[in-house]
Amino acid sequence: MTQESHHESHHELPFWRKYIFSVDHKVIGIQYGITSLLFLFFGFTLIMMLRWQLAYPNQPVPGFGWLFKETMGIMPPEFYNQLGAMHGTIMVFLGVVPLAVGAFGNYVMPLQIGAPDMAFPKLNMISYWVYFVGGVLMLASFFVPGGAASSGWTSYPPLSVIATTGQTMWLVSMVFLITSSLLGSVNFITTITLMRAKGLDFFRLPFFVWAQFVTAFLLLLAFPPLEGAAILQLMDRLAGTSFFLPSGLVISGTPLNVSGGGNAVLWQHLFWFLAHPEVYVLILPAMGIVAEVIVVNSRKPLYGYKSLVYSVLFLGFMSFVVWAHHMFLTGMGTFLSNFFMVTTMIISIPSVIVLTVLVITLWGGSIRFTTPMLFAIAFLPMFGIGGLTGLPLGFNATDIHLHDTYYVIGHFHYVVAPGTIFALFAGIYHWFPKVTGRKMCEILGKIHFWPSLLFMNGIFFTMLFYGAAGVQRRLYDPTVYTHAQPVQWLNVVMSYSAWGLAISQIPFMINLFKNVFSRKKIHENPWEATTLEWAASSPPPHGNFATAPQVFRGPYEYSVPGHAQDFFPQHLEGTHS
Amino acid sequence: MTSHTTTLDTVQPGELPYAKLGTWLFLASEVMLFGSLFSAYILLRAGSATWPHGWQLLNIKLATLNTVFLITSSVTMVLAYAKIQNGEIGKFRLFLALTILLGSAFLVVKYFEYSHKFHEGHFPSTNLFYATYFTMTGLHVLHVIGGLLVNLYFLFPGLKLYESSPEQFVGRIECSGLYWHFVDLVWIFLFPVLYLL
Repeated sequence: MTQESHHESHHELPFWRKYIFSVDHKVIGIQYGITSLLFLFFGFTLIMMLRWQLAYPNQPVPGFGWLFKETMGIMPPEFYNQLGAMHGTIMVFLGVVPLAVGAFGNYVMPLQIGAPDMAFPKLNMISYWVYFVGGVLMLASFFVPGGAASSGWTSYPPLSVIATTGQTMWLVSMVFLITSSLLGSVNFITTITLMRAKGLDFFRLPFFVWAQFVTAFLLLLAFPPLEGAAILQLMDRLAGTSFFLPSGLVISGTPLNVSGGGNAVLWQHLFWFLAHPEVYVLILPAMGIVAEVIVVNSRKPLYGYKSLVYSVLFLGFMSFVVWAHHMFLTGMGTFLSNFFMVTTMIISIPSVIVLTVLVITLWGGSIRFTTPMLFAIAFLPMFGIGGLTGLPLGFNATDIHLHDTYYVIGHFHYVVAPGTIFALFAGIYHWFPKVTGRKMCEILGKIHFWPSLLFMNGIFFTMLFYGAAGVQRRLYDPTVYTHAQPVQWLNVVMSYSAWGLAISQIPFMINLFKNVFSRKKIHENPWEATTLEWAASSPPPHGNFATAPQVFRGPYEYSVPGHAQDFFPQHLEGTHS
Repeated sequence: MTSHTTTLDTVQPGELPYAKLGTWLFLASEVMLFGSLFSAYILLRAGSATWPHGWQLLNIKLATLNTVFLITSSVTMVLAYAKIQNGEIGKFRLFLALTILLGSAFLVVKYFEYSHKFHEGHFPSTNLFYATYFTMTGLHVLHVIGGLLVNLYFLFPGLKLYESSPEQFVGRIECSGLYWHFVDLVWIFLFPVLYLL
């Protein structure tokens, strides 16, 4: 806190302090970014293998046949279950959340509030390395006897309690990931509350910061119950307790030798108490990124900033009281079902406000169709489809038909895949110039965008029909069911779309690497944006700003009448019209 | 925390210190952690046909003694904080040492309770009551150990900070105290829920 310590940090650090065990929020953000992109790629690879089995059941997997020598290259059902469970776990907990919060939040948020770093830089570093250990444990679980966790990403007991060692690894790894996000969220809230630049009051914060603020509260308060549940399940698995095991369980004809008396639905309550707020952890930072990108590229102030802010606050609050809409069919009784149906309908209102605000922001703007803007605009209808397809699931009567079918998978993937992941792509293209000092190639960006949009819909729109036909999720071989046979061709469409989606990511990878090593430098504000991160040089040095910035106006002063330029940065002094 | 290396000058003295807000946020998440376990307890007990009364199976006398230990340790923790605010290092160390001693006494009593139960053949796997008892008190014991380690650190190696930056050290003791009171508070809930009801 002292003056002399302010200067002490500018001397040259050894390599391992500067790039590996760094306390600089920007380096940690990049570490999170690279690690989570690798995990996203790995999680995607898992599901591409799984999609082979769905499209061509019981045929040898091309390219991966050597994994299954005993079955002549055919994927065994146990492995199929591991793929499904680990795809969900890795994508949510090791891919999207660390990228949206760990990478973007860490890198961009302190810059946008004009802070030199996070409030607790060492905790920030520890948070990354705890996440890293959790990720390594999760990957290592593939190599223990019986393989990785195979009870779905939701780990419902009693199956998960009697599963092989991989499930124990899953639980331990989750405890690490929860600890990591706890450290991160304490850091985020403290930083946003106490380290804003002079003049930057709460209602001058860029919307992205608001989104990260609410997200941090969700991580802080919703994750601990899953930690509690993980402890109880660990006790069930290791100490022989029966928290989640009812009396009289019989497995493969032999009664289970436990005291019993437990409640399997208890796990579902504890799990979804985390996992529903988790949905908003996945979507809020994405909304934040999309708002930033849309405003910059529409050259227009954000329409209804305050309604947007109040909407996300309300979303954050309501996300704690909707969890049991995942459990309409687990027997809660009609009163509770109705309660959770009503709260679920209520929570759709702020989501609609957010979407409306973003669409109206486009209206009358002079839109620049840059690559980040394309991804951001695509987010709107994709998230819209994801939200609207959720309504039939939120009504407890219509949910009876759709529960646990591929329709559910299609619904939430619309929110998370072409929704959140498109927003994350928009963020990467948007802030890449800040991180590296170089712009990504627009042509490659467009070659990345259009096929991705096509194939994403090829997978998930098809999936909605496949699920509406009544096909259940998590089936190893759907063709053994008569009702799934006429729609089996949809599986082939989805699988080819998934592989096509993989190929469409090649231009993105080329773009990323080509630009990291290119020499062409750009100035600090290539998008002519107003928020504070563009006031720092690209890339910003350790400590971010040469002098502590001061803020004179709101975050989105574009096309101010009477102003010479069509943007009026927050940190520039001047008359406000 | 140690890490305010590059803090802006905009944070005026007298504002809420980072570490204090951070500690309160951490405690909020701890409330949710124990809250989930208490909720699980309520749901399991409500769903069970029979549930023994704690006083039939557990040793209330020892638990009462432990309650006295922890409440007293909270008092000594406050006194330690008051003394370090006045710069009375000797008395600060005395009261912090007393806090550690009382916390350790709690652990010793807990050890006797646990080993007695194991000796009698009661394990977490015996029934849901013992499962709940061992899991909840076990997690609490881990928290007590954590608090003791932090206080031990401030009693010996951590005290050096007082020489260079007394204000920061006092702030740390306050945070450590907040955590210790929380650990005490959890026990105040655990005691009636597990032993008396």
